[in-house]
Amino acid sequence: MPPFDPLLADIRFGCGLSPLIPPPADAEALLATLNGPDLAAQRFAIEPFDTFRQRIVLFNEQGRIRRANRGTDREMAAKKAMQVMNRQARRAQMTWLGQTLARRGMTAAPLRERLAGFWADHFTTSGKAALMRRAVSPYVEEAIRPHLSGRFEDLLIAAVTHPVMVIYLDQRGSAGPHSPRGKKGKGGLNENLAREIMELHTLGVGGPYTQTDVRELAELLTGLTFRPTVGRLFRKDMAEPGRETVLGRSYGGRAPGLDDIQAVLRDLARHPATARHLARKLAVHFVSDTPDPGLVGAIEAAFLDSGTDLRAGYAAMLGHPAAWSPVPGNVKPPFDFIASALRALAMSPEAYVALKEKAFRQHIQYPLRLMGHIWEKPVGPDGLPEADSAWISPQGLAARLQWSVSVPQILAGALPDPRDFVDTALGARATPAVQFAARAAESRADGVGLILASPAFQRT
Amino acid sequence: MTLSRRAFLTRSALIGCSLAASPVVTPVTFAAAPGDNRLVVIILRGAMDGLAMAQPVGDADWRAVRPGPVPGEAGGPVDLDGRFALHPAMAGLMPLWRAREMSVVHAVSTPYRDKRSHFDGQDLLEAGVADLASGARRDGWLNRLLQHYPGSGTHTAWAIGADPLAVLGGAAPVTRWAPEADLALSPQAIRLAEMVMQDDPAFAAAMARAFRIADGDGDALAAALSPEDMGRMMAEDMAAARGPGETRLAAFVAQQLQGPARIAAFSINGWDTHAAQDKPLSRALGRLSDAIVALKDGLGADVWGRTAVVAMTEFGRTVRINGTGGTDHGTGGAMLLAGGALHGGRVVTDWPGLDEASLYDRRDLMPTRDLRAHAAWLMRGLFGLDVATLERDVFPGLDLGADPGLLL
Repeated sequence: MPPFDPLLADIRFGCGLSPLIPPPADAEALLATLNGPDLAAQRFAIEPFDTFRQRIVLFNEQGRIRRANRGTDREMAAKKAMQVMNRQARRAQMTWLGQTLARRGMTAAPLRERLAGFWADHFTTSGKAALMRRAVSPYVEEAIRPHLSGRFEDLLIAAVTHPVMVIYLDQRGSAGPHSPRGKKGKGGLNENLAREIMELHTLGVGGPYTQTDVRELAELLTGLTFRPTVGRLFRKDMAEPGRETVLGRSYGGRAPGLDDIQAVLRDLARHPATARHLARKLAVHFVSDTPDPGLVGAIEAAFLDSGTDLRAGYAAMLGHPAAWSPVPGNVKPPFDFIASALRALAMSPEAYVALKEKAFRQHIQYPLRLMGHIWEKPVGPDGLPEADSAWISPQGLAARLQWSVSVPQILAGALPDPRDFVDTALGARATPAVQFAARAAESRADGVGLILASPAFQRT
Repeated sequence: MTLSRRAFLTRSALIGCSLAASPVVTPVTFAAAPGDNRLVVIILRGAMDGLAMAQPVGDADWRAVRPGPVPGEAGGPVDLDGRFALHPAMAGLMPLWRAREMSVVHAVSTPYRDKRSHFDGQDLLEAGVADLASGARRDGWLNRLLQHYPGSGTHTAWAIGADPLAVLGGAAPVTRWAPEADLALSPQAIRLAEMVMQDDPAFAAAMARAFRIADGDGDALAAALSPEDMGRMMAEDMAAARGPGETRLAAFVAQQLQGPARIAAFSINGWDTHAAQDKPLSRALGRLSDAIVALKDGLGADVWGRTAVVAMTEFGRTVRINGTGGTDHGTGGAMLLAGGALHGGRVVTDWPGLDEASLYDRRDLMPTRDLRAHAAWLMRGLFGLDVATLERDVFPGLDLGADPGLLL
C-alpha cells in the first residue's frame, strides 16, 4: 500500500478539514481531483484578464477625453467616469479575494486551489498604477489556473509573457539597442524580466547562469510588450536584431517573433536546474521548511523524466513516505489560515463575499495584512516567504488570535459548540490542551477562536 | 456610533493585560544594540511637498511659483533663517528649532529620476541603491546597517507594523509588531491561549512575546469584550491605523528607545496631494510635527540628547501648483531632522534656485545632493560606521562626499 493519510490529505495538501466534504480515500483519488471541469471556478467566478483588459481600454479612453478637454465640463465628466471605474475595479478586486476564499471553503478539489495559490506566488506579479493594481486575480485566472497540471513549460510561457507580468517586471518598454526604436533613442534594454525568469521562475538563484545570459535573454525578450486594445503584443520595431546565446544555445536570427521567446522558455523549463529548483520549492511549500532530500529527489526526477509534466511531479510528491510524516509540518500562511478556518466552520460564502466594502476590509483584508500578507501587493517578485518564522512572529500570532476569537462570530452569527468543533477542525490532531480549552472557554467565540489559533490548527 | 477604544475598555470592567496599544499608520522597527545613540527613521509615503514644508521665501522666484502668504502675514509660514520659513502647521517645532534641535535638508533626492512612480520611488528609497533594475537587492539600508552593528542579535531588532517597511527587510533579524493589532481577551482566554500554545515551542515563544510587548506598552489591560465589541474595536484600530495616531505611536516608540532599542523606523502616509492640497497637507505636516514633539516628550531630556530623527520621502513634488490646487510628482525634495544629537537650527542645502532654467526638467526642484549621503553621515556620526562600509555595504556605490556636519 502506498503511504496515505486522509487527515493529512486535507490538512497538508488540501484546504483543511471540512464538515461538508469528506477527504479523498487515497493518493490516487486525491490526484484525480485535478481531472475534470473546474467546478469551483465555475461556481465562484473571477474575471479573466482578457475581460479585465476592456476596463483599461475604457479607462484610457476617458483619460484621452480628459486631456483633450482641459477646463471644460467634458474634462470633469471624464474625470468622474474614471473615478467610478477605479472604484468598481477596487470593489471587484475585493470580490475576487472573497471568491478565492470561497473556492477554498467549498471545493471538493482542494489540491487544485492549493496549487493555484502556489503557482500564483511562484509567478508573483502586481500592478503599479491605476486599474492595473486590480488585475492580479484576472491574471491568475487566465495565465496560471488553466495550466496547473499540464506541462511546466506551458505554465511558464503563459505567466511570464502575460501583460500583467510584462508590466510588473518592466518588460513593456524594453527595446533592443539596435532595434528601430532603440536606434531612435526611444527606450532602452531592461533586464528585469530576464533576470527574474532565470533567478525566480526557472533555474533558481544559485543556478548556472551568468550576467551575460541575463543580458542575452533580455535582448531576446525585446519586442514582447502589451497594448490594452490588443493584449499581449510582439513589436518587431522593438526587437533586438540578430542571434542571442542563452546558456550556450543560440536563438533568433530569423524574423524576430514570439517563437524564439517560447523556444528559450521551453529550454529553460526543461533544464535540470529548474527541475531541482521547482522540486525543492514544492516540497518546502507543502511539507517542510527542511524537506527530506529523498522527497525532493523524487519530485526532481519525475519532472525531468516526464519533460516537465507537473502532474508527474505532484504524483511523485504524494507517493513519497516523507510527504506523509505524521509530525506537524509547515505553519499555514495567512491566506491558507483564514481560508481553512472558513472551511472548518462551513461558513456560507455569502457571509463574507457579499460583505460591504468597509466590512470586508475590516474582517478579511486588514487582518490578512496584520498577519503579514498584503493581498495582491507583494513586497517583491519573490512572493511570500516560506519560512515558518516569517509567520509565527508576535504580531502575526496576535493577529491570528484576534481574528479567531472575533471574526467567525461576527460573520457566522451562530458558532458551533467548541467541544464538537475541536473534532471538526482538528480530527485526530486535537491535543489534550486544545480539548481542555474547548471545554473551559467562557464563550463559544473564545472556544472556537482558541481552537483556530492553536498550533494544531495552524500547522499542516 | 463609534466608541473610543478607551471607552470600550472602561465600559468592560478591565483587569490584567491586553494587546492594546497605540493605533498608528504604518510600521515601526527597533533594533537593540550596544551604544547609546538612537536613530529614528520616518518614511513619508506618497511624496511630501518639501517646498511647502520649508518654503524658500528668500528666493526671488518664490512668490511667482507659489503665490501665498509670507512670514508675518496671516496664515503665513514661520521664519526660520530669513531664506526659509516653516509651514504654519509645524509651528509646534519652533521651540526645537530655537534650541538647535531641528534642521531641514533641502533640494535632495534619491538617485531615482523621471518616471516618478511611488512604487518604484519608495522601493529605491528603502533599498538605498542607485538603480533597481541593475541588481537583485531586496534588502533595505537600515537592515544592512544592522548587519554592521556590533551585538545586534536575534532578539535585538524589532519591526513593528502591518506594512512591510522594506527599509528594514533583509538578513539581520527584525521582529515585527503592529501596535494597531489590538486585542482584548478575558483573563480566562489569556490563560487558555497560553496553555494551548505550549503544544509548540515556536508558538509559545511568539505568544509570550506578544503578551509581554502588549503589557509593556503602558496600556496593560484585559477586557471581557463580546466579539461584536471587539469587531468594532478592530474597525477603530483599522481607521486609526490609516489616520492620525502618530502621537500615540511616537510615545510607544519612545518607550522602546528608553530600553534596549536603538533604531526605530515607521511611516506616515498621506502626502500625495494632487488636488486642493492646503488642508490635507496641513494635516499631514501637523501629524509629522506632533509625532516629533511626542518623541521628544516621551524620550526625556537624557535620551533625546542622544537621538536623531530623520523624516524622508521618495521624491519631491512639482514646483508650481497644478490646475487643481495641488502638486504633481516631482524630483528634488526635503528632509526634516530633529533630535538632541543634532547640530541643528540650520537649513542645510546647496540651493539650486527656482527660475525655470534651474529646475529639473523645467518643472521640479533640482536635487543638488543624494539624500543617502545625509543618512550615511548620520549613521557614521551616531554609530561609528566607517566610510568604506557605508559606501560599499549600506549604500552600495554612494560617494559620501563632504561631511554636512549634521550632528554635534
